[in-house]
Amino acid sequence: MSKARMQLMLCSGTGCHATGSKRFHEALDAELNRQGLTDEIKIVETGCNGFCAVGPVMLVQPEGIFYQKLTAEDVPELVEEHFLKGRPVPRLFFKEHMSKEKIPHIDDIPFFSNQVYRAMRNKGAIDPEVIDEYIARDGYFGAAKALNEMSSEEIIDEMLTSGLRGRGGAGFPTGLKWKFAHSSKGAEKYVLCNADEGDPGAFMDRSILESDPHVILEGMTIAAKAINATKGYIYCRTEYQLAIRRLEIAIAQAKEYGLLGTNILGSGFDFDIEIYQGAGAFVCGEETALMRSIEGKRGMPRPRPPFPAYKGLWDKPTILNNVESFANVPQIILKGGEWYASIGTEKSKGTKVFALSGDINNIGLVEVPMGLPIRTLIYDIGGGIPNKRKFKAVQLGGPSGGCVPEQHLDTLIDYEEIAKVGAIMGSGGAIVMDDRTCMVDMARFFMDFIQDESCGKCTPCREGTRRILEILERICDGKGEAADLKSLEDLCEVTSNSSLCGLGQTAANPVLSTMRFFMDEYKAHIFEKRCPAKTCQALLKFTVDAEKCKKCGLCFKACPADAIVWKKKEVAFIDTTKCIQCMSCYDKCPFDAID
Amino acid sequence: MWHTYLISAFKTNPLATRGVCILPTAVVSFLPWQTSLNQKTDKVRLEMEHKDKSMIIDGRALRFTEGETILEVARRNHIDIPTLCHLKGATPTGACRVCVVEVEGARTLMTSCTVPATAGMVVHSESPEVIRSRRMTIELMLTSGRHDDCLVCPSSGDCRLQDLAFRYKVKGATFTPSGVKYPMEAANPFILRDFSKCILCGRCVQACNEVQVNEAIDFGYRGAEAKIVTKGDRALKDSDCVFCGECVQACPVAALVPKNARLVPRMSETRAVKTTCSYCGVGCQMNLHVKNNRVWHVTGCEEVAPNHGSLCVKGRYGFDFIASEHRLTTPLIKENGAFREASWDEALDLTARRFKEIAGAHADAVGVLTSARVTNEENYIAQKFARTVLKTNNIDHCARL
Amino acid sequence: MTNPISDIEKADVILVTGSNTTETHPVISSAIKRAAKFGGKGLIVIDPREITLKQYATLKMAPRPGGDIAWINGMIHVILKEGLQAKEYILDRTEGFDAMAEAVAPFTPEYVEKITGIPGNTLVEAARLYAGAEKGSILYCMGITQHINGTNAVKSLANLAMVCGNLGIEGGGVNPLRGQNNVQGACDMGGLPDVYPGYRKVHDESHAQTMEKAWGVTGLSRTPGITATDMVDAAIDGTLKALYVIGENPLVSEADLNHTEKGFHNLEFLVVQDIFMTETAQAANVVLPALCFAEKEGTFTNTERRVQRVRKAVDGPEGVPADWEIVCDLARRMGVPMEFKSAEAIFTELAAVTPAFSGLSYKRIEKEGIPWPCPTADHPGTPRLHVGSFAKGKGTFFPIEWTPPAEVTDAEYPLALTTGRVLYHYHTGTMTRKSKGLNERSPECFVEMAGSDAKNLGLSDGTLATVTSRRGNIKARVKVSRRMHKGTVFIPFHFAEAAANRLTNAKLDPDSKIPEFKVCAVRIGSAPEARG
Repeated sequence: MSKARMQLMLCSGTGCHATGSKRFHEALDAELNRQGLTDEIKIVETGCNGFCAVGPVMLVQPEGIFYQKLTAEDVPELVEEHFLKGRPVPRLFFKEHMSKEKIPHIDDIPFFSNQVYRAMRNKGAIDPEVIDEYIARDGYFGAAKALNEMSSEEIIDEMLTSGLRGRGGAGFPTGLKWKFAHSSKGAEKYVLCNADEGDPGAFMDRSILESDPHVILEGMTIAAKAINATKGYIYCRTEYQLAIRRLEIAIAQAKEYGLLGTNILGSGFDFDIEIYQGAGAFVCGEETALMRSIEGKRGMPRPRPPFPAYKGLWDKPTILNNVESFANVPQIILKGGEWYASIGTEKSKGTKVFALSGDINNIGLVEVPMGLPIRTLIYDIGGGIPNKRKFKAVQLGGPSGGCVPEQHLDTLIDYEEIAKVGAIMGSGGAIVMDDRTCMVDMARFFMDFIQDESCGKCTPCREGTRRILEILERICDGKGEAADLKSLEDLCEVTSNSSLCGLGQTAANPVLSTMRFFMDEYKAHIFEKRCPAKTCQALLKFTVDAEKCKKCGLCFKACPADAIVWKKKEVAFIDTTKCIQCMSCYDKCPFDAID
Repeated sequence: MWHTYLISAFKTNPLATRGVCILPTAVVSFLPWQTSLNQKTDKVRLEMEHKDKSMIIDGRALRFTEGETILEVARRNHIDIPTLCHLKGATPTGACRVCVVEVEGARTLMTSCTVPATAGMVVHSESPEVIRSRRMTIELMLTSGRHDDCLVCPSSGDCRLQDLAFRYKVKGATFTPSGVKYPMEAANPFILRDFSKCILCGRCVQACNEVQVNEAIDFGYRGAEAKIVTKGDRALKDSDCVFCGECVQACPVAALVPKNARLVPRMSETRAVKTTCSYCGVGCQMNLHVKNNRVWHVTGCEEVAPNHGSLCVKGRYGFDFIASEHRLTTPLIKENGAFREASWDEALDLTARRFKEIAGAHADAVGVLTSARVTNEENYIAQKFARTVLKTNNIDHCARL
Repeated sequence: MTNPISDIEKADVILVTGSNTTETHPVISSAIKRAAKFGGKGLIVIDPREITLKQYATLKMAPRPGGDIAWINGMIHVILKEGLQAKEYILDRTEGFDAMAEAVAPFTPEYVEKITGIPGNTLVEAARLYAGAEKGSILYCMGITQHINGTNAVKSLANLAMVCGNLGIEGGGVNPLRGQNNVQGACDMGGLPDVYPGYRKVHDESHAQTMEKAWGVTGLSRTPGITATDMVDAAIDGTLKALYVIGENPLVSEADLNHTEKGFHNLEFLVVQDIFMTETAQAANVVLPALCFAEKEGTFTNTERRVQRVRKAVDGPEGVPADWEIVCDLARRMGVPMEFKSAEAIFTELAAVTPAFSGLSYKRIEKEGIPWPCPTADHPGTPRLHVGSFAKGKGTFFPIEWTPPAEVTDAEYPLALTTGRVLYHYHTGTMTRKSKGLNERSPECFVEMAGSDAKNLGLSDGTLATVTSRRGNIKARVKVSRRMHKGTVFIPFHFAEAAANRLTNAKLDPDSKIPEFKVCAVRIGSAPEARG
């Protein structure tokens, strides 16, 4: 391989792909070809870089210049100015949201500089389809150490020392889970990787799989050695076609290199991995349902005990960890549990990956040290709330989680601390909401999702979530009654307390958490028939508040139905006979003047 | 701790242990007993420390054997934890959540049918929290589909949901019933599927897949749309179903009933007569459900060998012949190639005379074909008749067919 | 059965042959399916048809009809060759091993394959699977017995079980699945030409004297009587002049019906006592109504020898007495009074004269039936036979030779016909064909055949065909099915209007006198459809 003077780390993750990285890549290829630069400048298609909000993005190495929002039209200028003349193009630098300052260097961009990469250490740094690049960054060194130098007990001890807890959300100590499975008797054991990421707004697993598939294979191999398993499955949702393709390539390469299969690295240890594509049922992210699904049955949870560590897949001892958990394993083994535990809080060690989405400037994937205040996550890394709107809450843990409101923003990222405010760490989905989000409607949204995804097996989840949804819909429709609040409380309690699996037990969390922090909104809906966030259509009046109206005419311009009467320097008026209630005027009005 | 004491107080109330329903609001009235009962529980707890394989349910120290569930320990000791989806002989599914109990130290309520007893476990089978949960679960079941027509429901009086509603005084009035989502299916001769009565407890699925292993039905669709379906959600008659009716017997409500259940006396009106099936050689023990000198239903006897409740389509549904209008009711004598009715005396006298004549004239000229269908007693009498009256060993039956 | 039904799930390997269990004994089939599916037990199914049970099988074989002794001997051959036999058991508990071993010596897998069509390696695998199990249970039904060499086939199965030490243990046994509710009881009660209740031999002087004493009579005939099938011949040649048929329908169920009908029509006097006007009753001089099982008290003995109560649930047709009352009445009218107050009183007497029943009473079987032998009032009953030692002391191996079926296919009759039951009907349909529902599920006779056979004959699914054997012909609709192998067709025998037994061969097994229902040669052609 000839040595290039410049490497262009072009993100080809799903986000950047969607914003046009492929077209840019083709144009860049053509230009480099035309200029005869292909030997000295190398394009590396990486997995997700994480900064999806400004994609397509590209990092120019070794300088560390970060370009954003690239288009094919930018190519000639980039090549001419930067790659040939050495003058980076400021027009394509990252622009700070508040100060509007242009920042050329990746390390100076707050989005990146506040992060600590462990699970995502290879994201954007390697070509995920080339095993040598993974190995060049210490890849499979952990597995080699585990397989050749460590006993199962030593691996488990290292994991226990690291303090790594299940990154799928529940936070069960990974080492302990392995210890149980290790002590469980059985000739056949299984290692499963849960890549059935189903939370709305979550894409952590997908990004890791797309950007660094080998780390999962390595993590699973180490786990297999720890519990003495010979077979592993990655349960990946079928929608993640790119992730699946890269995993397939990775498995083939690993086998070719003797890093999977029989007698791995001459250690005498055998382990094989298969990919199982899930058909998209949310409940199949639940461990027992996932196992049933691999067995070819309908994905329905079964009660625990017996726990999978004793009776899992095909009734054999099984461990299931999620993608992020496995991604941390190789480095823990290589650098030691103490190294991993050196950051974080007392009970939550290491880092956590979050998928920032919603009403936040820097939508993307970030990895932060445990113990970071949520505020830092939202404002420094996330870049705050767009359009000068006010932060209202961040939903952590998706439909199973809860919201953290403004007054609790200084809560630290820590399993227990987050639980204290009624949310959960979850798998890392962080949906930020500004003051235009109706919290009742948000709870309704998640309940709609959950009741749709309930497998239908146990009564509280199947019927309870349906009833909760019914009540929330009624409230949002302006038909709520005082008794509904009591019913909601009762239903939520029983659903949480008596459901069979985690899906049902956490189903009511969004409702409980919004009722806890935003009861005034519920009451406004029920007693005043008013939606304070102006989201619930049935409660909107479609009139202009003359006192608030600044007569700017933005609503007039936004209305697609010619329903707004407005003249310069006059208060706007909505002709309700023409109004189609599309809410364009609400969205456009900067003064909240439309009721 | 106060909470625990309250529970044990409630628990040990004599009415509660007799299975009489006490609503959570009634708990307050037992508060005065609190102190003395605390001491009792503590004493039991102390005694228990010296024994392994013991647990406490409702303040009683109970021994258990490895692998026994909380439910099994409780039932063995006459502690009545209600169940709905639990089907004997099948893997517990923990689906209905009616049997939830409070296990000290557990994060949520636990289903007693699935959780194995462990040493030192402390269980409250009817704590206020448990009762609140059961009442809500029952309420949710009562308002799913249509359960407001017990008056005309074929399973009334033989319905576990009705029993539970009574025990916990739940009326199904909190929510609007979700009504009929899937139409009834009656397109087969034996089984009526009324999905509006189905509470998705899954007993039929267990009965079909784990007991009879016919594998004809399973859960289909998701969430509130869930439905028990055949492969491809086809009608039973076009599925793998063999109409053994194990599912009908397992159904705790009226979601699966005999086809004619709405036209014949309810099960609860009938008297059960235990007998042996008259078809194949398995000798299944069955109950004939009788009213007005007629058999209306047949069920398998769950408590005894050899079938432990199972039957096949013939045993369960092939009983029409008993009341068939084609039954022979009077002796017939053939004259000139045609039968005419005769009195018993005439027919028997004729028979006796002819047998006597022929047997008297020729040795072994009369034969008897007795039957593998009649009783031991009748076979015994038949062969005794052949040997002592007809004086021949010419007796046989279709043992070989 | 030597072992109880509950032993099925205790076996490590279950071998089922000549039994379409899911249709004929559905409740037992569930136990087999549970064992295979959830218990992880081995299941070997041997049947000419691809019956439903084969879906659960670890290993399946499809011998041509009539090849049973060959594959059984073949399995024993492999077991002995590979040294898999239970050596100590054979030494301690059996006799006649060497002669048997010599008899199976020629049955190499290659030879068996030639006779049965079972691939040699499959046979070897089956032998290893069965012999490798600690506890092996054999279940069989009429597919084994209803052959000219049926008795020998059963003896072969016993050889197989004993070679592996599987007789007299829990989860083992050679277990016939009795086809009718009380066929076991009818035999136990002496409803056979050669034995008294409890299998005392009629030709044995001391046995006869015992019975004379018990019954208070003299002059019991020491000559064994004739079997049902022989009665037909005796009727034809005139030595049998009168017949009293109680609850049977031989004019549908007997083999070679045309022949049977000839015999019945030749009788001087025929009395049929039944609950319905059966095909046999039609031929009678006197028809006597009877009560069905729901209308009377009594006991049935099931296939595992469990004596169970039958209880009266409803009154029968007015004035109709129970079968036993009719017989007693006849006896009285013939001047030999047989007086009993109740069924229970009869049971008390039969228990007294049947040693295996001595300990039984209605009271003892009130809750749950008890399997005989039960010699004393405190004996718990005997769910398993031959435990510790055989009834006769040592288990005897019989050297069994394979013989071809009495009738084999040829150019004129190129297809092998085998008969049996369907799930929805029972025997001659006297009861089940009165059920609207059962008839809706299974309304008419059919001839089931492989697609390739149908194609060769120019027939398709649903066309009406004529099936002809050397003895008669019937019409039935073609059912093309993947369950059938080429060359073999199946017809259920429940349907009087298209009675399979018009075709079957009445050639008897010389020992058991069982006709060869399970194989005969037929030809099939399309039949013109009657219009209107």
